[in-house]
Amino acid sequence: MSHPVVLITGALAGIGRATALAFAKEGARLVVSGRRDDAGEKLVAELRGLGTEAEFIRADVRHEADVQNLVDKTVARFGRLDVAVNNAGTEGKPGPVTEQTAESYAATFDTNVLGVILSMKHELRTMQAQGSGSIVNLSSTMGHRGAPGASIYTASKHAVEGLTKAAALEAAAFGVRVNAVAPGPVETEMLTRFTGSADRKAGLVAGIPLKRAGRPEEIADAIVFASSDKASFISGQIIAVNGGKTAS
Amino acid sequence: MSDLVSQTALVTGASRGIGRATAGALAAAGARVIVHYGSAAREAESLVAEIRAAGGKADAVGADLGAPDGAHKLAAEVRKLVGERLDILVANAGIATAASIEDQTVEEFDRMFAVNVRAPFFLVQQLLPLLGEGSSVVLLSSLAARASVGLLPAYAATKGAIDTLVKHFAALLGPRGIRVNAVAPGVIDTEMSKFARTEEGRQFTLGMQALQRIGHADDVADVIAFLGSDAARWVTGDTIQVGGGSKI
Repeated sequence: MSHPVVLITGALAGIGRATALAFAKEGARLVVSGRRDDAGEKLVAELRGLGTEAEFIRADVRHEADVQNLVDKTVARFGRLDVAVNNAGTEGKPGPVTEQTAESYAATFDTNVLGVILSMKHELRTMQAQGSGSIVNLSSTMGHRGAPGASIYTASKHAVEGLTKAAALEAAAFGVRVNAVAPGPVETEMLTRFTGSADRKAGLVAGIPLKRAGRPEEIADAIVFASSDKASFISGQIIAVNGGKTAS
Repeated sequence: MSDLVSQTALVTGASRGIGRATAGALAAAGARVIVHYGSAAREAESLVAEIRAAGGKADAVGADLGAPDGAHKLAAEVRKLVGERLDILVANAGIATAASIEDQTVEEFDRMFAVNVRAPFFLVQQLLPLLGEGSSVVLLSSLAARASVGLLPAYAATKGAIDTLVKHFAALLGPRGIRVNAVAPGVIDTEMSKFARTEEGRQFTLGMQALQRIGHADDVADVIAFLGSDAARWVTGDTIQVGGGSKI
């Protein structure tokens, strides 16, 4: 498709930002979303500098009114929605199960799980009316493996994978594909916060067969592929993009 | 798309079906493709002619991958043609015969393991001197490795072996910068799955898929071409299901 309309949540940093730039290179028209107006406007200026039609729409995916406004404004601006990348996510507060609280659970699940549900709800309504579209959710290695000290994040990403499969079965009926990309460790601010120390980060990277952390651009390329017609027979799948982490 | 210009590729079992579509996709992206065939020399030569007519580069090489030294002989021929560097190896050649547990013969069981498991293993072994930083190996798994579909217990076991090999190869070759992945096609409209051309077979297939059409060889070739490309440079050790959302 030429100049697809692409919506990206959590687009202001890390993988989301790299994904916006990757889609811009593909000639997409973009709506980038996040919670910070200044960063959003800066990214839009950068995208427009590349010759891309782009808008920033502020949204907090934990709130349905925000999500609905995001999708409505996207359609109002560009007339359709071809690709949605549900990337907004949080690592929450890492720590042992014995220290978790209803608050720490909600702090993670509201963004990572409720946010994906609300996003897909409104994206799929638009795509159903069109009879076409493709959604890519962001999972993680922890969407199918456990990690100590990250129980709630792990649970939230397992939920994303379940949501992806169920939504894929529903959306196939109206010609829409739903997949997830599951990155391993990627050089982002989230990874630095998550590991907490250089030693812990080095330990994590040592377990990756390609012997380095991933780069946001590498996850972005896989997201672009999963959303594209090249992947037209792939739906309900979780594509691991992790330098072989889950092979070892 | 011309992202594989100046790259070399070997596709086994490329005279027909998924292998043929893959060789065509890689050549269209600019790669020089070695078109391997088992017995269908005329089909392989016709593909080479098609690729050359379109301005691409290709050569056909025959080898019996059911023979104990088949992979060794093929690797030697490939080396003569491409020299010291192979960028993409698609070990696609495979055979399938349906048989109940009672009817499975030892001969056919061994033949499937020889072509589907032994040959890819030793092809990787014999071509390792030509594979290096940035090379990509793609093996062929199957939906049957993950779910009981059809009367294919022995064939499915060969593909289960491939899923295992992918992980070990990816982990062992990652430090050399070599990526190893598999695609697992669902039911694809090829000679191997011609039951899907009957109404009963079609209904059976659609009954287990999210996307309501029968897959084409091109659907799989596009994903293999992605795995071979730089866009997938952080994807290794993964088996990507290309089955229209089968059995999700």
